[in-house]
Amino acid sequence: MIPELGHYALILALAVALVQATLPLVGAQRGDIRLMALGRTAALTQAFLIVLSFAALTEAYVTSDFSVATVVANSHSAKPLLYKLSGVWGNHEGSMMLWVLILSVFGAAVALFGENLPDGLRARVLSVQAWIGVGFLAFILFTSNPFLRLSPAPPDGNGMNPLLQDPGLAFHPPLLYLGYVGFSVTFAFAIAALIEGRVDAAWARWVRPWTLAAWCFLTLGITLGSWWSYYILGWGGFWFWDPVENASLMPWLAGTALLHSAIVVEKRDALKSWTVLLAILAFSLSLLGTFLVRSGVLTSVHAFAQDPARGMFILAFLVVVIGGALALYAWRAPTLQPGGLFQPISREGALILNNLLLCTLCATVLLGTLYPLFLDLVDGAKVSVGPPFFNMTFVPISFALFAAMCVGPFLGWKRAELWPALVRLRTAFAVAVIAMILAATVIDPHATLAALAFGFGVWLILGSLLEFVDRIRLGRAPWAETRRRLATMPRASIGMTISHAALGFVVLGSVATSAWNVELIRTFRIGDRARFADWEVTLSNVEPVRGPNYDAERATLTLTKDGKRFATLTPERRMFLVQRREVAETSIQTNLLRDVYATLGEGDAQKGWTIRLYDNPLAPWIWLGAALCAFGGFVSLSDRRLRIGAPRRSRVVAQPAE
Amino acid sequence: MKSNRFLYVLPLLMLAILAGFFGWSLVSGRDPASIGSALVGRPAPTLKAPALRPGEAALTDALLQSGKPVLVNFFASWCTPCLAEQPLLERLAKKDGITIIGVAWKNKPEEARAWLERLGDPFVAVGYDLDGKMAVDWGLSGVPETFLIDARGIVRLHFRAPILEKDVTDRILPLLRAGGS
Repeated sequence: MIPELGHYALILALAVALVQATLPLVGAQRGDIRLMALGRTAALTQAFLIVLSFAALTEAYVTSDFSVATVVANSHSAKPLLYKLSGVWGNHEGSMMLWVLILSVFGAAVALFGENLPDGLRARVLSVQAWIGVGFLAFILFTSNPFLRLSPAPPDGNGMNPLLQDPGLAFHPPLLYLGYVGFSVTFAFAIAALIEGRVDAAWARWVRPWTLAAWCFLTLGITLGSWWSYYILGWGGFWFWDPVENASLMPWLAGTALLHSAIVVEKRDALKSWTVLLAILAFSLSLLGTFLVRSGVLTSVHAFAQDPARGMFILAFLVVVIGGALALYAWRAPTLQPGGLFQPISREGALILNNLLLCTLCATVLLGTLYPLFLDLVDGAKVSVGPPFFNMTFVPISFALFAAMCVGPFLGWKRAELWPALVRLRTAFAVAVIAMILAATVIDPHATLAALAFGFGVWLILGSLLEFVDRIRLGRAPWAETRRRLATMPRASIGMTISHAALGFVVLGSVATSAWNVELIRTFRIGDRARFADWEVTLSNVEPVRGPNYDAERATLTLTKDGKRFATLTPERRMFLVQRREVAETSIQTNLLRDVYATLGEGDAQKGWTIRLYDNPLAPWIWLGAALCAFGGFVSLSDRRLRIGAPRRSRVVAQPAE
Repeated sequence: MKSNRFLYVLPLLMLAILAGFFGWSLVSGRDPASIGSALVGRPAPTLKAPALRPGEAALTDALLQSGKPVLVNFFASWCTPCLAEQPLLERLAKKDGITIIGVAWKNKPEEARAWLERLGDPFVAVGYDLDGKMAVDWGLSGVPETFLIDARGIVRLHFRAPILEKDVTDRILPLLRAGGS
């Protein structure tokens, strides 16, 4: 009964979405207030219906209702509750449900908090959002209905891919989707602006918080995914340039560019058509990400979610949405009035450079991801573009970005001098160069690129902090003045300092982990000792353990240094009973400066067990830094101007250069 | 102004190209997991290996340019699928009169010899590639793999698996009957 209710609610939601997609648009065109107001009611109703439908699906999973086909395919009664819940979105049908859920909730948020938006703009934004909703709802209802019943109902389910039964992955898709779908709001704003033919500071002030929120969630989602692959796949790496990873990185890069170009629109009324294009691209790349993951066009470690039959629907949808948007862009964007003028050396100029570099990075990733596909189609050659390509292209371009990142905030709007900015950064530069030389001589004389990157990491952290210190005039003005500046400083700039510096930590962590790690793979019998980095490692015990839905072997490894115990690692190899699949559970001991990481391979008491050990210096900084980066975004989001979101058109006037 | 206008249309053009490629890849029925072979349609790589049977001449390219299509089969005595494939090769050689050249891959010569003596030897000429160096040129990913090389020395088929009855009747024999050219 409840699944039917959910199904019914979903069908109603499609009907409501169709209304929302058409009538407010007509209303906005004709200036009919009643039709425009319908958009808000429809958005709220649609969100309510989809929440209801999603709740019905969740209920089927929690109570293990095995008369529902997707529950049978993806759940099992012996699974812990957390994974019954995450099982709701841990499969194709459910993840699409999660997508429309977030889409409709965001639509409702625009309807609720958009009181101070002009009626026409709000109505058009809600309509565009509803069009996307119509596409996804139709996709779910016609090709991937999660409520299909099975008769007779089997006694138990098939369980879920054991790799996915992990707390990190339970929250990875929702965060990623909050990011992807968040860009749908900016996309809707961009389309509405193109229809209206007007982009102004008020528009930018609305677009920026949505971009920022989407960007923060996407950052967290990517971070969680990378952390998951680090500790669950057991390869010791944190980023594999896998097509699906790249698919989430591309909208992130485009979104980061959008975040920065929206500042220029907001403060200086320039770069309008470019910002609109970025808003379209950020969401298009999110859709492309979904397409690549779902269609099976590319192979990847995420192969568990593929189904070529659905690919055509998604591709058609993609072409309609993105093609429609870009056609509208080609037609209307030339009419957007260009705004404020500026010199090449200025804050605007720096932000344009940022945009250029970020878009180049994005294009590089796109090329690297799709190149094997193109080549295969053209002459049947199978190639794999891997880390070497990205090390050669992505890394040097990001160096340029890092170099510019610290200088930009020192430049004033409209017109600025480069030299004074560089002078103020001299301390950061000196320390970064020293760090680079130290890294190249003391740590590892062979890894020049790593040393360079290490120097850039230090530069990013110090350069961002210096900008903060400079802004509050610490040490250069009386303490009272500094305190006053600190108190009145907009949270947006505090957020920027945090995020920029945090990126420095990510860089340091990635460099140290990939260039200076120590690895040991060997067979241990119980009692065997081996030297590993600074420690002596002993396999003291291997014992069977029983989990809720798996049996496991657990090894106990003791690391000692000069006879003193440093750490105990307990990697496991889990045999999931329902799927008959083995999954290695790594054991990681961290002190925030280094991870000691162990995985247990196959073996027995006679021959010994294959054990891999990694010493990854600064590894935790990658994820802590990335999380800090997102935190900086949230701090910026709490800025009063954005919180109120008041489109005060009078404040379009340029603010004094800070 | 006109070139400016073109810039605004550029994103749409890019999308059209991308979408075309994606659509093509979806309908082409391509299996992204299959490896395929870069050798098909190209001249066969160099054949150069010491003879497995004592007293015979070493394998050379001359064997591939006899004016007759040949099969080149990589095998090893430690490989179970090769064991399964052996009777079929035997039949192809004895009954259908096809020239088969064998290469024992990463296999000690005495072991490969003993294996052939025990199971029967379908090969006109057979060599060994102990360290697998020659097989690198052939793009070998494992054993058994079989290549069909036509009368002009061009690789026509490449099987990355034990050949089956089906492969023989559907693919190998038709090509050979057509003259292998």
